Amino acid sequence: MHIEISAEKIFDIFGFPVTNTLLMAWLAVAILGFVAFRIYSKLSIIPSFVQNILEFVMEKILDLMEGIFGSREISEKYFPVIATIFLFIIVSNWIGILPGIGSIGFIEKSSGKEVFVPFFRSAASDLNFTLAIAISAVVLVHIFGILAIGVRKHISKFISFKSPIDFFVGLLEFISEIAKMISFSVRLFGNVFAGEVLLVVTAFLVPYLIPVPFLMLELFVGFIQALVFSMLTMVFISIAIAEHR
Amino acid sequence: MDAESIRLLATAGVMGLGTVGPALAIGILAAKGLEAIGRNPEAASKIQTAMILSIAFAEAIAIYALVVALIIKFV
Repeated sequence: MHIEISAEKIFDIFGFPVTNTLLMAWLAVAILGFVAFRIYSKLSIIPSFVQNILEFVMEKILDLMEGIFGSREISEKYFPVIATIFLFIIVSNWIGILPGIGSIGFIEKSSGKEVFVPFFRSAASDLNFTLAIAISAVVLVHIFGILAIGVRKHISKFISFKSPIDFFVGLLEFISEIAKMISFSVRLFGNVFAGEVLLVVTAFLVPYLIPVPFLMLELFVGFIQALVFSMLTMVFISIAIAEHR
Repeated sequence: MDAESIRLLATAGVMGLGTVGPALAIGILAAKGLEAIGRNPEAASKIQTAMILSIAFAEAIAIYALVVALIIKFV
């Protein structure tokens, strides 16, 4: 039984290494894009089954956002970003539980020993994936803040010379932005990677019946992590677009 | 004691010590949240949202400990 933190490379495309987590991320994008295009061409007043589910998900996310932003208008303005983060993370977490992920692969020789390399691996179990989404989310929060209240007011939240205490608080806010990026990425990575290790270990110890409650736990954790990521982004956006104090 | 055994002990120690704080924090948060919902059932969904958010923050600390343990063991 072999556990590896960094994602393993499967093949190259003109020198660019393609890892097993990148393949899963592409698969998640393909699934979301396919569903979106199919439904978009067939939107109707009386919804079909899939359109119903998507409308339900959209209503729920908008209600959650309205609770934090206060108005439906502002929620609809920031809905695309929040919904993208939520759907991307939840789809890539949930397809990582399917059978065959992590168990179908090939054996390769690396550093003298023979290791088993799976073809697919949960996308969020790669720190690159989570760090990319985390950095985009934090940068977007700043961009939305600047778009909503202007450059001067946004910068004055971080660099203000009114009093020494305000200056110090601004400095702490700077550091807290970096901490947000790290916290976002490590939270998602830790949860999904730990879940994968848990599944590998239980499948190794007792392959029949015992992994079932752990698979249900993974389903739940995948949903909660997507929810937490998008809710925290929502909260940070609502803080950034508010006037100072 | 050689490096390998200290590594094993350190991995277990990090997880053991590092999850006590977050476990207590999540317990207290959930208890206060449920108490608030019991007092004011109409505000249940607002309280629930804030509760889930704060529990996620507290759990992230335990995940930091997990990442340190993973780095000690595998890197």
